[in-house]
Amino acid sequence: MNNDTLIPLIGVVTDIRQDTPDVKTFRVNALDGGKVFEHMPGQCAMLSIPGVGEGMFSITSSPTNKEFMEFSIKKCGCLTTWLHAMDVGQQITIRGPYGNYFPVDTELKGKDLLFVAGGIGLAPLRSVINYVRDKRADYGDVQIVYGSRSKDDLVDYKEIIDEWTADPNIEVNLTIDNPQEGWDGHVGFVPNYVKELNPSTNKTVLVCGPPIMIKFTLAGLKELGFTDTQVYTTMELRMKCGVGKCGRCNIGDKYVCKDGPVFRFDQLDALPDEY
Amino acid sequence: MLKISASNLNALFDRIAEKQTLYIPVDREPNVSEYKKYESGMTMSKALNTVRSAKDFFFPQTENLAEFKMNGKTIEVKDIRKENEDFVVFGVRACDARSFGILDKVFLSEPVDSFYKNRRDHGTIVTMACTRPAETCFCTTFGIDPTVPGGDVSVFFDGENYFFLDNTPKGEAFVASVSDMLEDGDASKLAEVQENARNIMKKLPLAGLSTDSFGGERLMEHFNSDKWAELSESCFGCGTCTFVCPTCQCYDIRDFDTGNGIKRFRCWDSCMYSDFTKMAHGNSRNSQLERFRQRFMHKLVYFPANNDGEFGCVGCGRCLSKCPISMNIVKVMKALEDK
Repeated sequence: MNNDTLIPLIGVVTDIRQDTPDVKTFRVNALDGGKVFEHMPGQCAMLSIPGVGEGMFSITSSPTNKEFMEFSIKKCGCLTTWLHAMDVGQQITIRGPYGNYFPVDTELKGKDLLFVAGGIGLAPLRSVINYVRDKRADYGDVQIVYGSRSKDDLVDYKEIIDEWTADPNIEVNLTIDNPQEGWDGHVGFVPNYVKELNPSTNKTVLVCGPPIMIKFTLAGLKELGFTDTQVYTTMELRMKCGVGKCGRCNIGDKYVCKDGPVFRFDQLDALPDEY
Repeated sequence: MLKISASNLNALFDRIAEKQTLYIPVDREPNVSEYKKYESGMTMSKALNTVRSAKDFFFPQTENLAEFKMNGKTIEVKDIRKENEDFVVFGVRACDARSFGILDKVFLSEPVDSFYKNRRDHGTIVTMACTRPAETCFCTTFGIDPTVPGGDVSVFFDGENYFFLDNTPKGEAFVASVSDMLEDGDASKLAEVQENARNIMKKLPLAGLSTDSFGGERLMEHFNSDKWAELSESCFGCGTCTFVCPTCQCYDIRDFDTGNGIKRFRCWDSCMYSDFTKMAHGNSRNSQLERFRQRFMHKLVYFPANNDGEFGCVGCGRCLSKCPISMNIVKVMKALEDK
């Protein structure tokens, strides 16, 4: 009988990084090393601990990473609490990749890019950012605006400081919600910061974060003169199958797991406001 | 046309059941019919349709997907699939026969659901033409002719004999396998029986129901209709409509710890339930209005939008007779249609 996508593969956790008080990044390899499967930036995978649960997570590592996949996971429920309690060497089940991806090789190619992320919303965008960094000549200016509740809640802070801010070809703008000792960077919410930065309306925007942040960021971008067709986001709704059959992650006639998770805002505008 | 007399039908069932598992509709109580595995001596129900639809044969209420052995940090996945045995479902009505085509569009589209396909490949559908449609029937709204029921083999009853017409290679093989029990017969009475049934359909209360106002292109208009509040007001989300519906196919995947390994199973789920879309960070369909709207929008708008205009309803009428508050797709269509 042919393989069935609902029957998962096995991955092994080979590294765990405590990124923030409630976010850990897990490195996952196939049992014999390497990656369990290939993916594109923005795609997701179903991770599970049998007996605990199964959930959809964005793959935060770039496809250009040929050694392993990474998942940045916030502890917020039953499965994620279990995942946070894992030690290196723990096996998990994994299936995918699922969904569409950011159009890195088509619509985004050659464009000036503005990434706007809030909190754990950096996870799916990190895959694109590192993909773009590895194929830097294919893209124009790259600007990253990233904010979190506090300095300690910035996911992948080490990589951001050590690699992204050190990269002369990338502009990185960080912000935290409230003043904090040891932080001399910008303070304020992401949507306001984006407006202050007044980015050129030539840019194509990729935004991900809490729904309220996305909403105000989009409104701010429109005030600056951006249109819906320039702004992409990635959605999250409850999923069970990952292939558009179990029936729950739809927005109108589109399944987030299959037709998404990446949508352009003009595509979302044509759908019911039910997410 | 090949036929068998009514008095010989059970002999035919005995013959089929010698080689394959046979399911027929049987009365649990008068006019309450359910599919049962045939055993010699069982009498086929004369009820118009079974209480539960025939979807169970291909998409059972629960089924195991995989098993896991957990040992320390290691996990072993066991592929428990095995080739299904051949089986025959006898007496399926035209509405349920059409529903398989709708389920096929979900489960046989890429990536193919091997659990469903396995059963589909091994199941032979023998349908039964309707002669006495009921007041809750509205299959003709969806272009179904209940007197030409489809499936692998269509069976027509003229009051004395059952006539067999194969529609597919699988159906041809089935008829060939029992052909020694069939004889050539005069089917001239069938036209009259069919005409009579069609005339009943025309006079039924739901005969005028139309799909003209529905389809993918009306998505935002119907979604934003102000009728949903009133329509959904009394719905208490019991999910009975989704349970008896031959085309409802939403499912859940869950794990069960047997004490000796984990079984991952799939079971029916319902968009009418409050936890269907509930996540750690919130719920995209918080109110019963939104959940109610989802079910009907799916059948009348979203499904046709994704499937060349085909609607996700076959007009079997089960939801009409089973809803405890007497709300149903017909009332929804009448409320939303262009006046």
